[in-house]
Amino acid sequence: MTSAPTGLGPMIAAASEPDVARPTRTPGGAGRRSAWYRRLTPYLFLLVPVGLLLLLTYTPVVNMFWYSVTDWDGLDKHKAFVGLDNYVEVFTDPDNLRVFYVSLYYVVGSLVQMALALYFATILSFKVRFKNMWKGILFFPYLINGVAIGLIFLNFLKPGGGLDTVLMKTGLESLVHQWTGDPDIANYSLAAVSVWRYTGLTFVMFLGAIQSINSEIYEAAALDGANRWHEFWSIILPSIRPIVGLAFILGISGSLSVFEIPFVMTNGANGTETFVIRTVWMAFQRNTVGLASAMAVVLLVFVLLVTWIQRRLVPEEEVDLT
Amino acid sequence: MFPQKRRLLALAAAGTVLALTAACSGGSGSGDDSSGNADGTPSGKISVLTWRTDLVEDGTFDTYVTEFKKKYPEVTDVKVEGVKDYEGTVKTRMNTDDYGDVLAIPGSVTPDQLPDFFEPLGDQAEMEKDYRWLNDKSFDGKSYGIPVVGNVQGILYNKRVWEEAGITEFPTTPQEFLDDLQTIKDKGVAKVAPLYTNYKDSWALSQWDGWRGAVTADPDALNEMTQTDTPWTPDSDYGVIDGTIYDAVKQGLTEADPTTTDWEGSKRQIGVGDIATMALGSWAIPQMAAAAKDAGADPADIAYMPVPVQVDGKFHTVAGGDYNLGINVHSKNKATARAWIDWFNHDSGYSESQVGLSPLIDGAVPAALESFMSQVEMITMNPAPAGKESLFADIDTASGIVTTDPKYRLQIIDDARSGARTKEQIFDDLNGKWAEGRADAGA
Repeated sequence: MTSAPTGLGPMIAAASEPDVARPTRTPGGAGRRSAWYRRLTPYLFLLVPVGLLLLLTYTPVVNMFWYSVTDWDGLDKHKAFVGLDNYVEVFTDPDNLRVFYVSLYYVVGSLVQMALALYFATILSFKVRFKNMWKGILFFPYLINGVAIGLIFLNFLKPGGGLDTVLMKTGLESLVHQWTGDPDIANYSLAAVSVWRYTGLTFVMFLGAIQSINSEIYEAAALDGANRWHEFWSIILPSIRPIVGLAFILGISGSLSVFEIPFVMTNGANGTETFVIRTVWMAFQRNTVGLASAMAVVLLVFVLLVTWIQRRLVPEEEVDLT
Repeated sequence: MFPQKRRLLALAAAGTVLALTAACSGGSGSGDDSSGNADGTPSGKISVLTWRTDLVEDGTFDTYVTEFKKKYPEVTDVKVEGVKDYEGTVKTRMNTDDYGDVLAIPGSVTPDQLPDFFEPLGDQAEMEKDYRWLNDKSFDGKSYGIPVVGNVQGILYNKRVWEEAGITEFPTTPQEFLDDLQTIKDKGVAKVAPLYTNYKDSWALSQWDGWRGAVTADPDALNEMTQTDTPWTPDSDYGVIDGTIYDAVKQGLTEADPTTTDWEGSKRQIGVGDIATMALGSWAIPQMAAAAKDAGADPADIAYMPVPVQVDGKFHTVAGGDYNLGINVHSKNKATARAWIDWFNHDSGYSESQVGLSPLIDGAVPAALESFMSQVEMITMNPAPAGKESLFADIDTASGIVTTDPKYRLQIIDDARSGARTKEQIFDDLNGKWAEGRADAGA
C-alpha cells in the first residue's frame, strides 16, 4: 500500500500541521481557538480500543510473566518468587521434552498438508468442471469448529466406527486398527485429522496466489510449447514461493500449538500429549500455575521467533503479488 | 505519526480508562445487600454454590430452599448456583471475594490455605461429638467444612451379570477377582467389558484410591507410606490396586480400546449389563441405578461389593467424606450460611437420597447399602500426625508420581496393553521415584 486510506488524510494533516491555516476545513465555523480539541479527536477514538487492548491482552500477559517466576498454585494468597526455576524445569524434565517430539508428527503432517493443498490448488486453477463445488468441498472442513471436528473423528475412528465399517465392507479387514488406541499409530491418526482440518486454509492461500498470476504468462508459455507440468514448475511455483514459505512457517508454529483435536479425542493420553495440553494440565490438574505460565511464555517466545524468521525470509513487499 | 507530547497524553488517557474499568469490575462484587440479623438469627439472603447441577435442574434444590425458608421465615432468598466443572471454576473464582456464601470446598485447597478462604465452623474436637470425617478439612484444631455425605469405597457391579456368570460369592483375593472377571468374559455375558476402566475420563481411575487402607485393613496406611521406600509391593495397598489394574488390562478383561471410553455412556452400559464391573465409590450407585432405569433395566441390578481382600477373614471398606460445605470467609451473612449447612446435614435428607452415609455420627444407613455394610468392617483413615500433615503430599509431589493425578495410572494401562514394561518393572520404577521423593522432602 502506497498511500493512506483517503478518509484519514485530512485528519493526519490536521494533527501534524496545526499552525497552517486551512480554508477548506469544516464549515461548522470552528476557528483557530478550538483546534486543540480537534487534534484530540483521533486519540479519543483510540481511547476505548487501546484501553480494552491493554486491559484484556497486555495486563494478563504481564501477569503471566510474573506468575512464571513464582511457585503459585492458582489459589494461594502468597506467591513465592523462585527465579528461573520454572524455565529450567520446562527444558530439563524429560516428560516436558517429550511433547516437542510429539510436535514432529504435526510438522510432518503440515508438509503433507502443503503438498495436498498445492496439488489441489494447481489443478483447480486450470479449467475444471464444477470448480466452485470442489473449492467448497476442500475449504469446508476449515469452517467447522475444532471441537466439533474432534467429536466427529472420535466417532469415526472408534472401534467399530465409521472408518472400520468402511474397511470391513470393502474387504480390507486387515487394515482395521485401534486408530487412537494403538500407541504406535495414535499420533498419525491425530495428525491426519489435523491435516484434514487445515488443508482447506492452505489450499485457499495457494489458490489465491496462483490466480493472481498474469494469464498472459501462461499464454506465452503455451506458445513456447510448455505443458502443464512445465507451467507448474516454471511459472506457478516460483510465483507463489513467498506464500509457500508463509504456509510452512504457519505450519511450524501451528504444530507447536496443537490443542483442540488431541484434547478432545484422547485428552493427551496414550502418548499423544502436546505442548499446550501439557500446559493446561500443569495449570489446572497439577495446580502448578507458575510452571504452566513459564511454558506459555516459552510457547509465546517460540511463536514470536518463528514469526520474526518468517518476516526475515519473506519480506512483505514480495508477498504482495499485485 | 503523532508528536511525542500527544503520545504521552494518549497513554495517560488509556491509563485512565484502565483504572476506571478496573474500579467498575472491583465494585460490582461488593454491591451485596445481604446481611444477617445482629443477634445471629438467620435472615436476609445467601447464595449457595453447588456441584450438583443435575439436582439444580431437576428442581431438588428448589424443594430444599422452600423447606429451609419454612424453617427460617426471616430468610428472604437462597440463590442456588449450579457450577459445571466445579473444581476449576470455583478455584478461579476464589481469587476474588465473590464465591457465594456457602460452597463446597474444592479439593485443591490445601489445609493450610483453609483459614484464608473459609470461616472456621468450630473446634474439631468439639464438633467430632456430632460429625464424622472432619479430618480432611480441618487445620490447627479448627474445622472449616462438614461433609454433605459419607461414601464407602469398593466395587460397583451389575449383580445380574455376575449371577448369570455363576458367581454369587464376593471374591476374597485379587486373584479370585480376576478369575471371576475371566469367567464373565468367557461366558460372554458382558458385551463391552467385564471391567471398565474409564481411561479417557481419567479421574475415574483415581477412584481406585478408595481401596487404600481397605487392602491392609490399616487406617494408618497412608501415614506409614511416608515411612517406607517401597510402597509398591505385591501385598501393599498401592501394589494390590495398581497390580490388579495391570493384570486386568494385561489379561484383556477391560474394554478393547480404552482411549474411546465414555463416562456418560458407561452408566447406561453397566445398567443394562454390557459392563459388569467398575471401581467407583458408593456415590456412583444412584447415578448408575438411574441410568439403568432410563435404559429399561432393573435399577436393583446395580450393587456394591467390597475390595477383594480379606484380613482376618473380614472384608474392609474405607469410609470418608464427599464434598465438604464451608462458609466463605468474606460472606456478609455467615449466620444464615451456617444455618443452611446445619439444616442441610440434619434435615434435608440429602445423604439418604444419595445412598450415602450421613455425616452425623448417629445417622442412618441407607437401604441400598445395608447388606453391604453388614458384611464389611468400616474403617476411617487416621489423620497425619501433628507436624506431618503435608508430608504425604510433599513426597508425592517431589517424587513426580503425584498419586492424586491419574496420569501415572494411565501409563500403567498403556504399559499393560503394549507390554512395554512388566508389573515388576513398573513397581521398581515407582518405588525408586518414591524413595527419591522421600529424600527430597526430607522424610
